[in-house]
Amino acid sequence: MSLLKSILKRLASALVVLLGLTIIIFVLMRIVPGDPARLALGANVTEDVLEKYREANHLNESLPMQYVYWLTGALRGDFGMSAVTKRAVIQDITDFAPATIELVLWAGFPPILAALFLGVTSAQHKNKWQDYLCRFLGYIFVATPTFVFAVLFVLVFGYWLPVMPTIGGRLSPSFVIPDITGLYVLDALLGGQPAAAWDAFLHLLFPALALALGKTMQEARITRSSMLQNADKDYITMVTSQGVPQSVVNRKFLLKPSVIPTVTIIGMDIATMFGNAFLVERIFNWPGLSSYGMTAILNKDTNAVCAVVLIIGLAFTLTSIAVDIVAMILDPRMRQKRTR
Amino acid sequence: MKAERKEAMIKNWYKFSAGGVSVIGLAIVLLIILLAVFAPVIAPYPEDAGAVVKFAESSQAPSMEHIMGTDTMGRDVFSRLLISLRGSLLMGVLVLAIAVPVGFVVGVLAGYYKDTWVETVLMRIVDIFLSVPALVLALAIAAILEPNLRNSMIAITIMWWPWYARLSFGVASSLRTENYIVYAELTGAKLSHIIFKEFLPNTFDQILTKMTLDMGYVICMGATLSFVGLGEQPPMPALGNMINDGVKFLPEMWWLAIYPAVTIIVIVLGFNLLGDGVGNIFNVEGK
Repeated sequence: MSLLKSILKRLASALVVLLGLTIIIFVLMRIVPGDPARLALGANVTEDVLEKYREANHLNESLPMQYVYWLTGALRGDFGMSAVTKRAVIQDITDFAPATIELVLWAGFPPILAALFLGVTSAQHKNKWQDYLCRFLGYIFVATPTFVFAVLFVLVFGYWLPVMPTIGGRLSPSFVIPDITGLYVLDALLGGQPAAAWDAFLHLLFPALALALGKTMQEARITRSSMLQNADKDYITMVTSQGVPQSVVNRKFLLKPSVIPTVTIIGMDIATMFGNAFLVERIFNWPGLSSYGMTAILNKDTNAVCAVVLIIGLAFTLTSIAVDIVAMILDPRMRQKRTR
Repeated sequence: MKAERKEAMIKNWYKFSAGGVSVIGLAIVLLIILLAVFAPVIAPYPEDAGAVVKFAESSQAPSMEHIMGTDTMGRDVFSRLLISLRGSLLMGVLVLAIAVPVGFVVGVLAGYYKDTWVETVLMRIVDIFLSVPALVLALAIAAILEPNLRNSMIAITIMWWPWYARLSFGVASSLRTENYIVYAELTGAKLSHIIFKEFLPNTFDQILTKMTLDMGYVICMGATLSFVGLGEQPPMPALGNMINDGVKFLPEMWWLAIYPAVTIIVIVLGFNLLGDGVGNIFNVEGK
């Protein structure tokens, strides 16, 4: 099967899955006990106002029809009004999403290099102290829930060694940076303000670390074990016996096949970060989509919850497709079978 | 027969303990189970796991009397921690007791009927549940239902079975053309026989390994839900809500948040190490 055909097939099945997700979200939000109109408008409005609200939001129609209205609205980017912020949900989402995207990008990509480095080092020094240290830290970090990392970081770097900007947020109020991409570090650099970029980076550092540490160590562990597995294979023995220097063997023959398992789980890991960000953002006061979603969930703000879950599902699905494509490029065998 | 079994046991123990650390995992898990079972007996102040106020003893740092200190209500943190282990372990057991069989049956059916509409429908449903981070939908479900321990278990179960469906699907779809399955079909075996007598024994290794690892992760997700107030409700203690209460008093009263946090890490670590050892017995790669 050609690469293009595999990718198209993958996209088509993702579309079906996302449609299914909309149904699940919709059904979930409609079984919330209580009258949606009442929940949106509060307790002290007259029946007339409620009726008007129901009429305007198609709440008097049958459930399937309501779903069709909701879905067509959602496709146009209209998710209704948020009961908490009293603004259009899509407005909130476009305001809050860049913060989460910036956080997940920093937590997702730079640590991959660390993971590969640790995994390779660990494998090359098998059963020496470097390896034991990596594995020990790996076990501990993988076992630590993300929100526990976040709480520990606030304690250690917020109070004991106060290096973290304590108020939270994305930038100290003294800086004003241009709004170009919505990613503050990048915007500050583009605006020629290195001090602001550094400040934004410091704000970002600890939430991103909390999000990344467990995943990074897991990726390192997988890199290590696939390096060791591949090192025993015949083709490695062959090139080694042909007199190819060990460093060249590692770089040219061993690394590429060994990173494939890591790449395939990185997709899942980055996608999971959108979920774990729910707590990290809350603990660090990070004004992102996830803390918005968390507030919406706790306040039963149904329109906002639907939208956030859907957007995160979309981000999750797109990430895993992107990673599948990378894996297919790296490993032609992947093109044949379903990778998810 | 008996000697053979003994030999097999020794062999399995040898494989299990090969990594060394799995034995530590087993010890941790056994200790936690014992502590949870005997919590009301071991806990120095078992009555503190509820709505108790002892102002005279409030906010004390760890001491001989209260080895993990007391909270703002004067309740013994150690006692509350012990009691909260019970809810956590119960959650792990109940969630997996429901999620695993459901996921197994769905996955095996889809694998057995691969390339038919059965596979398409079942696996698409599985994909839908896997298309959004488990935590996000679990939070949403737990929030819709009344927030309590039982409903947080329901929310986690709804998000957990698809992983077992995926696992069983993978095994079943590769086994379905094996001779023993074809033979069973030819001799007119019922579907239930094929699923439980042919597929189950061959999927068991991987399922058991994953279950051991997942005990820790389920407990972890349960703690996450209770941390945001969607699990066990105060005054009853749970690992998550104890941390949440403690966070407000950082850094001065660090013992309120740190002990429950460390406990979660130790529990997950224990099950991870144990899971690796179980995987070694069956030659299954953990996740």
